[in-house]
Amino acid sequence: MIKIDKRAASALIWLLLLTMPYWLVWVHGYTALGTRVMVLSLAAMSLNFLLGFTGVLSFGHAAYFGLGVYGMGLTIKYLLPSTLAGMAVGVLAGFVAAAIIGALIVRLRGVYFAMVTIAFGQVFYFIAYRWNNVTGGDDGLSGWRRVPIDLGFTRVDILGNDKALYYLVLLCFAVAVTIMWALLGSPFGRTLLAIRENERRARFLGIPVDRHIWLSWVISCTFCSLAGTLYALLNNFADPHDLRWDQSGDFVIMAVLGGMRSFWGPLIGAAIFVVLQDYVSSQTQNWMSIIGLFFVLVVLFFPRGVLGILRRESAR
Amino acid sequence: MTQLILFNLLNGLIIGAFYALMALGLSLILNLSGVINFAHGGFLALGGYFAFMLIPYIGFWGALLVAPVLVAAVGLVVERLFIRRLYGRDPLYSLLLTFGLAFIFEDGTRFIWGASTLPFAVPNVLQTPLSLNFFFLTGYRLFMVALVCVVVVGLFLILNRTRLGMRIRAGTSDLETVSVLGVNVRILRNLNFGLGTYMAGLAGVLAAGMLGLQPTIGSALIMPSFVAIIIGGLGSLPGTLLGGLLIGAASGMVTVFYPSASEAVIYAMMGLVLLIRPRGLLGEEGRF
Repeated sequence: MIKIDKRAASALIWLLLLTMPYWLVWVHGYTALGTRVMVLSLAAMSLNFLLGFTGVLSFGHAAYFGLGVYGMGLTIKYLLPSTLAGMAVGVLAGFVAAAIIGALIVRLRGVYFAMVTIAFGQVFYFIAYRWNNVTGGDDGLSGWRRVPIDLGFTRVDILGNDKALYYLVLLCFAVAVTIMWALLGSPFGRTLLAIRENERRARFLGIPVDRHIWLSWVISCTFCSLAGTLYALLNNFADPHDLRWDQSGDFVIMAVLGGMRSFWGPLIGAAIFVVLQDYVSSQTQNWMSIIGLFFVLVVLFFPRGVLGILRRESAR
Repeated sequence: MTQLILFNLLNGLIIGAFYALMALGLSLILNLSGVINFAHGGFLALGGYFAFMLIPYIGFWGALLVAPVLVAAVGLVVERLFIRRLYGRDPLYSLLLTFGLAFIFEDGTRFIWGASTLPFAVPNVLQTPLSLNFFFLTGYRLFMVALVCVVVVGLFLILNRTRLGMRIRAGTSDLETVSVLGVNVRILRNLNFGLGTYMAGLAGVLAAGMLGLQPTIGSALIMPSFVAIIIGGLGSLPGTLLGGLLIGAASGMVTVFYPSASEAVIYAMMGLVLLIRPRGLLGEEGRF
């Protein structure tokens, strides 16, 4: 295995992402698929901020993702036909919910934490599912469309132009990922790593562990709801299943598949997962079994993920 | 009005008994092995479908006896093949694995038996209402409550009076010591998993008779079971039982006054418990 320079690898990734709509057609993809990969990558990378870099097991991120989705949909449909307003509302909703729920659960650890996040995630699912006349219930929220963004000097037509939407998503992705990258490199991020490695030692060093975990949780959930707002834009639709526990599981498997301990891992995991799901669901009715089997195989034979394995090989 | 409240309260308690039955199995596995068995709902559905297949041959009562045992057998095999490999690793992996298994179970049952609700015949003896004023008091409902009581008492007898139960309890508090003392921990965990899935299978047979048999029957019951465990307190089986009954009764009562909040109320209760008493109602301090 050739050793790859980290900076060169990052540059290569950004280059590939910037040109994706142009090379995707060569490999029989389409722009919307690329946009989907980017949106779900952002969600998986946000989750991994907590999972891989703070060592806290959340299995309920779909709730915050879904709050973003519905925040966008409800805003455009009922409040104000503006994409930016929808993003603001969706992200704010995710942030507030994460801050409140985070305060309740921040003292719990391990399996207990996972279980509580799963259970809390379902609250929003049931609200969306039951509040029929506002959210559309099980049928989802339809009857609205993304709105072109008017910047004063120019108009970004994300409705008519697939590529424009892709670049909007890429812009949000870049901003969010850069912030997370910077945070992980800062003393705050290093503290999170210390908590992941040995919580007790971190506590003895006088680090307010609970507060750090709460912060990491809120950051992670907030970026996840940003991804949710973009997902709503992509689909022109809000689906209650975006809020459900299976969606949370998808995010976790993306992070694990790509490599939890690598910054770019979830991106690769999301790409593999989205392409696989797209292919399998077009081939067979029983795609759920295939995806389930995929979960089992990844856990049993591939627990370090793609980048984890690459890294170990190159370390030899 | 009183009748309506009584009806919903009883209904809620029965549903709560299901939650408790399922949550007790989940709790057993979680306490000893540290595994959240997401596939528990799948095992429950399997219990219902096995019973559905068996009824034409051995009748309802025979199916009630045999189907849960078959489910437990599947549980033993699943534990042996998959879950055993993940003990001692990050709980993330067992969670993901059982998550995948839950998908496979749900899709598999849909593939074999179809997506629509199957007719599930309950014996006539149990169908007739016992009283005209309280028409909702069918024999089946009372029978379910009685059976759940028997199973719960049986479980606590096994745990408190038998050697296996003693080892399970000991392993729950300190598995390493139990292992050093010469207990085969692999077999212990295997049997414990079987016991947990047996309870899921039994709940499945009962639930099929009450709620109708369809592939999603398990995933509808699993989330409230998690809530029951959290409210009751992780690590405490009596707590789990209490939690199940409490959320069942609460959601039954809310159905009377504000039906669309009947699901949300149990999560609100969970939030309240976590706020006031993070270890759960009967949970031990400092265990998690």
